[in-house]
Amino acid sequence: MKPPPFDYHAPRSVAEALDVLAAEGERAKVLAGGQSLIPLLNMRLAAPGHLVDINRLTGLAGVEVEPDGVRIGALARHAEVERSEPAAAAQPLLRQALGLVAHPVVRNRGTVVGSLVHADPAAELPAVLTLLGGSVRLARRGGPGTPAAGSSTAQDVAAGGSFVVRDVAAGEFFTGPLESAAGPGELAVSAFFPALPPRSGTAFREVARRHGDYALAGVAALVVLDDDLRITSAAVACVSAGPVPLLVDVTGECGHRPPASAGWAGAARAVQDRAEPEDDIHATAGYRRHLIGVLAERALRDAAREALNG
Amino acid sequence: MAERTHDITLVVNGTVRRAAVPGRRLLSDCLRHDLGLTGTHVGCEHGVCGCCTVLLDGEPVRSCLTFAVTVDGREITTVEGLADGERMSPVQRAFAECHGLQCGFCTPGFLCTVTALLRDNPVPTDEEVLEGISGNLCRCTGYQNIVKAVHRAAEIMAEES
Amino acid sequence: MTTKLFGEPVRRREDPRLLTGRGRYLDDLGRDALAAAFVRSPHAHAVIRDIDVSAALDVDGLVAIYTWEDLPDRLAEPLPLLIPHPALTHGRTAYPLARERVRHVGEPVVMVVARDRYVAEDACALIRVDYELLKPVVGVEEAAQSAQLVHDDVPGNVGARMVQEVPSAGGLDVREVIEDAPHTLAFRLDIERSASTPLEGRGVYARWDADDSSLRVYSSTQTSTSVRMAVAAKLGLPLPKVEVIAPDVGGGFGVKIVHPWPEEVLVPWAAMLLNREVKWTEDRREHFVSSAHERAQVQFVRVGFDDEGRVLGLEVTILHDHGAYTPYGIIVPIITSTQLPGPYRLGAYRVEFSSIYTNTVQVTPYRGAGRPQAVFCMERTMDRIADHLGLDRTAVRAVNFIQPEEFPYDQGLIFQDGRPLIYDSGDYPESLRMLKELIGWDSFPAEKERAAAEGRRIGIGVGCYVEGTGVGPYEGGHVQVTSDGRVHVSTGLTSQGQGHETAFAQIAAAELGVPLERVSVVTGDTRRFGYAVGTFASRAAVMSGNAIALACRKVREKALRIAADALEADPRDLEITDGMVHVAGTPGAAIPLATVAVLSNPLRYAFDEEAARATQFAGAASFDRPPVPEGDEPGLEGRDYYSPIRSTFASGMHAAIVETDPLTAEIRILRYAVVHDCGNLINPMIVEGQIHGGVAQGVGGALYERMVYDGHGQLLNASFMDFLMPYATEVPHVETAHLETPSPLNPLGIKGAGEAGVIPVSAVIASAIEDAEGIPIDKMPISPSELFDLRRAAS
Repeated sequence: MKPPPFDYHAPRSVAEALDVLAAEGERAKVLAGGQSLIPLLNMRLAAPGHLVDINRLTGLAGVEVEPDGVRIGALARHAEVERSEPAAAAQPLLRQALGLVAHPVVRNRGTVVGSLVHADPAAELPAVLTLLGGSVRLARRGGPGTPAAGSSTAQDVAAGGSFVVRDVAAGEFFTGPLESAAGPGELAVSAFFPALPPRSGTAFREVARRHGDYALAGVAALVVLDDDLRITSAAVACVSAGPVPLLVDVTGECGHRPPASAGWAGAARAVQDRAEPEDDIHATAGYRRHLIGVLAERALRDAAREALNG
Repeated sequence: MAERTHDITLVVNGTVRRAAVPGRRLLSDCLRHDLGLTGTHVGCEHGVCGCCTVLLDGEPVRSCLTFAVTVDGREITTVEGLADGERMSPVQRAFAECHGLQCGFCTPGFLCTVTALLRDNPVPTDEEVLEGISGNLCRCTGYQNIVKAVHRAAEIMAEES
Repeated sequence: MTTKLFGEPVRRREDPRLLTGRGRYLDDLGRDALAAAFVRSPHAHAVIRDIDVSAALDVDGLVAIYTWEDLPDRLAEPLPLLIPHPALTHGRTAYPLARERVRHVGEPVVMVVARDRYVAEDACALIRVDYELLKPVVGVEEAAQSAQLVHDDVPGNVGARMVQEVPSAGGLDVREVIEDAPHTLAFRLDIERSASTPLEGRGVYARWDADDSSLRVYSSTQTSTSVRMAVAAKLGLPLPKVEVIAPDVGGGFGVKIVHPWPEEVLVPWAAMLLNREVKWTEDRREHFVSSAHERAQVQFVRVGFDDEGRVLGLEVTILHDHGAYTPYGIIVPIITSTQLPGPYRLGAYRVEFSSIYTNTVQVTPYRGAGRPQAVFCMERTMDRIADHLGLDRTAVRAVNFIQPEEFPYDQGLIFQDGRPLIYDSGDYPESLRMLKELIGWDSFPAEKERAAAEGRRIGIGVGCYVEGTGVGPYEGGHVQVTSDGRVHVSTGLTSQGQGHETAFAQIAAAELGVPLERVSVVTGDTRRFGYAVGTFASRAAVMSGNAIALACRKVREKALRIAADALEADPRDLEITDGMVHVAGTPGAAIPLATVAVLSNPLRYAFDEEAARATQFAGAASFDRPPVPEGDEPGLEGRDYYSPIRSTFASGMHAAIVETDPLTAEIRILRYAVVHDCGNLINPMIVEGQIHGGVAQGVGGALYERMVYDGHGQLLNASFMDFLMPYATEVPHVETAHLETPSPLNPLGIKGAGEAGVIPVSAVIASAIEDAEGIPIDKMPISPSELFDLRRAAS
């Protein structure tokens, strides 16, 4: 179990990284934390000709908490985001979910953006991004052009050349199991997780075989209340419920009611009905579907409680 | 055709070490075979077992999921660097005292993980200990004495500080 | 024994080395050795049409490529069938490299030697093997009925069929007894595959010394002496020219008792041929597909019993999945079939097993070695009887127990060592009493009721076992006191974390009356001790422990004789304390053991001042007899062997309380209690550790681990991602209590403890889940998904 040979690139700037990615296209893979990629390499299930190691692009390391949300750079490790108090205050679902990502030692190295680009439908962060309506910022080498509007970080990372960036909404970003909208030549430079609106709460519930394993099923929930503490919106995003994170708006099922009398069970059934889980060696599709219902109800209730307490 | 190598410098257990490694050289292999520090063990090479855990700038990481070239210029602590000269560290002594190891193969990974855990959280609860070591497999001990050893190490550290 | 060391929780002497990174495991050796890697079959069943290595030849750093065609003489023959048995009518073993046919995914086909492992794997990836696919035979029941054969000359895929039958006291056969019994039950039980999965895989490192025509082999093995004999035989080398050393070994649990593995003969052969050091370190994926698995059985049970639950007759028919080959014979199903009666006196018993070939990894012992299946069968049967009669589950067990006054108790069966299965000692009623107290058995119903009122489901389970430990044929020990007063102990069997360096040193220090620090122990090194069997079957402490004790007694006797001469005392008045031989009660008259060692070796040359005392003009000698008297030997050393008449039988009982989530069907172990009886304890700390680790493996086998083969014979979970070895977060705290019923069979009164923890766990967890859920549990392991399905089916 040793990786196959590849040409190793250690760019010192985003521009340099994009040059290699542009030149090598499909043959190149980006290495950030490596916690998903290197196992695949060690098992020789992937054999990229070129590896672009972005670990020296310190400009991508930040976790910026802005009024409207949290922007996480491509080199920010899970653990760093998990520990960040401002990030947790702005969007508590991040910490709730990150605590379920593998184990602490893996989180020391793995990156949030890397998890998103890896696009594993069994992983937590794609579901979080989907539920919150976040986005991933992709950069690529372009002719003379202007950075996308509002992309302040683009200037920071652009030192040394022109390139174009695009923000892809979560709904379009995850295109299939282990497939994302990031194309050849593109580098995910950051991800944006919108802040928690007022009078709202989140929760993440999952069942895994062992603590730290990929979830058999998992549900992230977001509940928003109005001034009268009635539910104005409720939604979940599910893990291991289909080829991509499954987003279900259950506002209608919950009814415009206070959480105590909301139709949680009906909401959970609605989520369950939309799920398309698959059989695997750890669980049947039927069991996963059942779990999604149970977890959806638990997560929604928890999120509503958070909303009331917040 | 010979594979291209990269000259790297690592500060391992406080000593500057140099090596010429191919891009694909895993940090675990670099430490073990290029630098002769065989205390870091390799149990799965896909990041699950935790045997290969070392401290990278003080933080525990899987050396089998890290390329040596990526950490050029960084500081690494391996199990060989935990003791203070001939005197074992509190964590090492606690493992001996509590019978926290049997075959010893997973032990270096546990020691590195626990060393960082107690540095960040000197008096962990049972739950925090379990979470802290939850990414390390042991096939011999059933973990009970490892958990005991972590608490004992915390005690020793408190006594000696 | 003058120094109280035996029975003390002495800290382990191997730990400082292992805690500081100074352990030396296989892959830590041979830094400059060439690396071997293997092309392994990706197919479960195929004919090899052609092997094309041409694309690999250009790989920079490639040294050699070998296929079966290259193997000379005896290396080209199938590997040995280690334990032949008359019932194993169709034993089959693999070739070191596949010859024409592959029979499981992972079977080695081509060996590559290269500068390092990376390059070796590069070359492997470029070798093209052309396979003609055959229909794979997967699943033991399918194999038993299949027209497709794993081995063309093994009809019905049946490697062995064996029956043992013990008629009733009245001479009735079991079927008659069951027919006539007041109550009868019949059911089927299933256990799936698991595996040892030590964290260090296998590995072999060989150095050929061309000047000396000698070979040194390091192997991560549980038996270095037997690997040595196999290597010498396969390579045609004189035995004295081959040495095999087991260095620090990162866990074994059974898989490393098998030998010689293909790599164990191929790597030394390549080292000789290339005149270069060669090393192979198994990686995790290789370990899953090319080592060994265990456990899988289907059992058909019929039992007849009376109104109190007394078993009048028990008939069990077992289909045992043996995988593709039988290098270790049929030891596993023999153990299942003979250990099945456990602590019970069965009215009549008949057991039949068929050992079936399938196109999967071979099956050889994994900690417990057939006993977890046996105990699952017997204990599920006990629970069924209790359920049928509406009796307490422990009451049914109690009424069937062999009583303390009935020992030695002959079960009337032939055990795995070919000798009668006679229990030497035990106290099962006391063990059960202690267990019930420890877990709070009698107060549990109230606890369960309280939990139910809170909407929680909890259940309690129990399991009892008897384990034959310390099987022969023998082990030996050598003890030498050198003139510096140090005591050097060696024994041939090997260590994989059991703390032998400590336990054996405790025995030697206690026997000789020397401080523990002065004793050093070497295991598994044929340069130090050439005769041994190996470490398996919970035998190391019993076998080598007693052999070392006997060797120490020889040394002690000699030391007292020499000291008596020097002190002009009667040897019967002497004792040894803290390394000083002295007259009991007379503090002044003493001589250090070191000096005795000097005097034991009459010298011509004084290599140091101390040695001068033993030289020819030192004046101590008597002129009436030669310097080394007839029948004596120079030196203060002794060698002895322990070869028991038969196995000694340890026992234990476990209980657990589990909680099942009414909605998610998650299963959590709330409490786990163990009462364990392995006779006299040498080091209670080490025994406890063995139990903890065994229970953890048992929990893995009960709730998490399985080998999932698809219909094509592909192992779908050949990684630690998907083979779910428990982490700390999955293993319960284990509460233990010890009962010490000494074995009358050996000088130290000890019994084995290594495997105990794992044996009853699946039975106990099944019992507890059944109690919580009210649904029969007859298949293990069980996952939440499966429990969910059982609930659906039951409702």
